[in-house]
Amino acid sequence: MENIIANILSPQFIYTILRVSTPLVFAAMAALVVRKSGIMCIAFEAMMLFAALGGVIGSAYTQNLYIGIIVGVLSGVMIAVIFAYFVLVLKSHPVLTGLALNILGSGGTVFVMFVLTGNKGTTSSLRSLRFPVVNIPFIEDIPLIGQIFSGHNALTYISLLTVLAVYILIYKTTLGLRIRSVGENPHAAESVGIKVVRTKVIALIIGGVIASFGGMYMSMGYLPFFTRDMVSGRGFIGIAAQNLGGGVPIYTLVAALFFGSADAISNVFQTLRIPAEFMQMLPYVVTIIGLMFVGTTNKDSKEKVKKLKEIKGESI
Amino acid sequence: MNNLEKQFKLIRIFVAISSALVLALLIILFTTSDPFQTMFDFLIGPLTTARRMGNVIELMIPLLFTGVGVSIMFSAGQVNLSSEGAFFLGGVAAAYVAVSILLPMGIHPIAAIAAGGLVGAIVGVIPALLFLKFNALPVVSSLMLNYICLFLGLYVINYLIIDPQAGFLASLEYPQSSLLPKLFPVTRIHFGLFIAIFVLVIGYLFLMKSKWGYSIRIIGKNPNFAKYSGVKVAYYILLSQLLGGAIAGMGGAIEQLGIYNRFQYQRLSGHGFDGILVAILAGYNPKLIPLATFFLAYIRTGADIMSRTSDVPIELILIIQAVIIVFVAAERFLEGWKHKTIVKRSKEALVAEEV
Repeated sequence: MENIIANILSPQFIYTILRVSTPLVFAAMAALVVRKSGIMCIAFEAMMLFAALGGVIGSAYTQNLYIGIIVGVLSGVMIAVIFAYFVLVLKSHPVLTGLALNILGSGGTVFVMFVLTGNKGTTSSLRSLRFPVVNIPFIEDIPLIGQIFSGHNALTYISLLTVLAVYILIYKTTLGLRIRSVGENPHAAESVGIKVVRTKVIALIIGGVIASFGGMYMSMGYLPFFTRDMVSGRGFIGIAAQNLGGGVPIYTLVAALFFGSADAISNVFQTLRIPAEFMQMLPYVVTIIGLMFVGTTNKDSKEKVKKLKEIKGESI
Repeated sequence: MNNLEKQFKLIRIFVAISSALVLALLIILFTTSDPFQTMFDFLIGPLTTARRMGNVIELMIPLLFTGVGVSIMFSAGQVNLSSEGAFFLGGVAAAYVAVSILLPMGIHPIAAIAAGGLVGAIVGVIPALLFLKFNALPVVSSLMLNYICLFLGLYVINYLIIDPQAGFLASLEYPQSSLLPKLFPVTRIHFGLFIAIFVLVIGYLFLMKSKWGYSIRIIGKNPNFAKYSGVKVAYYILLSQLLGGAIAGMGGAIEQLGIYNRFQYQRLSGHGFDGILVAILAGYNPKLIPLATFFLAYIRTGADIMSRTSDVPIELILIIQAVIIVFVAAERFLEGWKHKTIVKRSKEALVAEEV
């Protein structure tokens, strides 16, 4: 038991939290931008999977990390664009479309992987590249703080910068104002000349780019290759973090880190006699409790959810 | 005009299915060295032997359950995806009852299936409760719930009723008294087929012909209208999710006792999500579910045969499924054509009147 506590209080543990939270932070920020524009999108899972595979393939065949990134981002954004076309132009039900795209993400990536490598499990036979590990000068020499904050994958730092970027985008730019206005009241936005569909498409593409980095972190940072279904619900947890954070970037970051720490704790507790299954369950239980908490305490969001349900047609 | 709406819905489903199949054939054409044999295996393969036709029917049985379950759940306008978790945990509950409680033959499977249904009902109703009490969106909460079901189920299997001698992660073997009898010698078609047909008929009568089903469908179409015409919205939402979850859970239980001899899943099986596809294809009408289920089971079996005889992986089927769902869910798809047809028919009607 003492061992466990020592483990949790160690700088390595906080380092682990940042490490496992990175994809969640990306997913949550993607969900936030898209949700602000008033779209119920659950297709981040597919965006992340395709980006994870795209990045691996792009970097393996060209041996150039930047081309890998471009291929990865384009793969993820492709899903966002398909989603946008069906939901905004053909008026498909957003949840069903998201569901279908997630099925496509799961099956499509395995299909492509098998056709290219002859393996259905991983792409470990491809010599793909990884994002570099960054040691921050000066900070890495400070005892504790260096151990926690230095030596992460480059994408971990980018994920934190993304939070700042999303905050600026949503609250300090014209585009952000437009995204919020089409999300809150599309008719009013339209009446002052904002192109509603175009703004929503832009929000989805931005979300797609952010989610893609989360996906690439999985296959080019967290692990050095792609494995089937490797995103395993992180896109959904991102949506939950966005919900728990009430759509505010900094709270959403805190929520994502919170889910990440549930994940990290489950790693530590595996040495204890608690069955691993319970620890793996923890992030999801926390999410549901979080959803209840948001629903009851935030009257404002209650009204909004109600309104959203009416507008979006929560009914099928 | 209503008839025309229906017609277009059918046409849209037809176009969706055929474009998905065309896409599949194109993919086959470009990925394999012997495309025509592969296409033959995929499209005609399931008809070639009795065992394969048996496979189609075996695959249909669990999908009939989840299809009916999801139809009832979605009819109430709740996008509750917990059918997946309900199916899985229903199977776990049945496995637990089968392995750890000794009952005489005949009663044993009934108890196991009832346990599966009960657990499924609980799983199904949780997202609805969270929605009604806390305003939590069912989409998000049910997805989280599915993972909770998975890990809870794995705990039961891997800790409480694990068979250490099995050589892989699986439960103890189900005793003979708990298994559902097989119907035909070569195939694995089992007694669950009759239960599935029974559930299908009851589901149809409940959803399409009863007062309860009518209320549920009204809520799904327009909750405000339902509220103002005095329908007890919360009651019917809970009822529908409870029933839908119970049917999915029963399906999970019956699949275990009919097909397997020990619990072997280590991940979610996908039957719940397949049920969503079936329900969408059938337009939430249990009458059309056998057709939708047959289609899905048929292309599954075909893809399975194809993946064994060629180098095209079975995941092709997931791509097909995704394309079908997306097109069927696209309300505006073919809208222009529909509009033109309506205008043309109205003109004809006018001309006819004048004459």
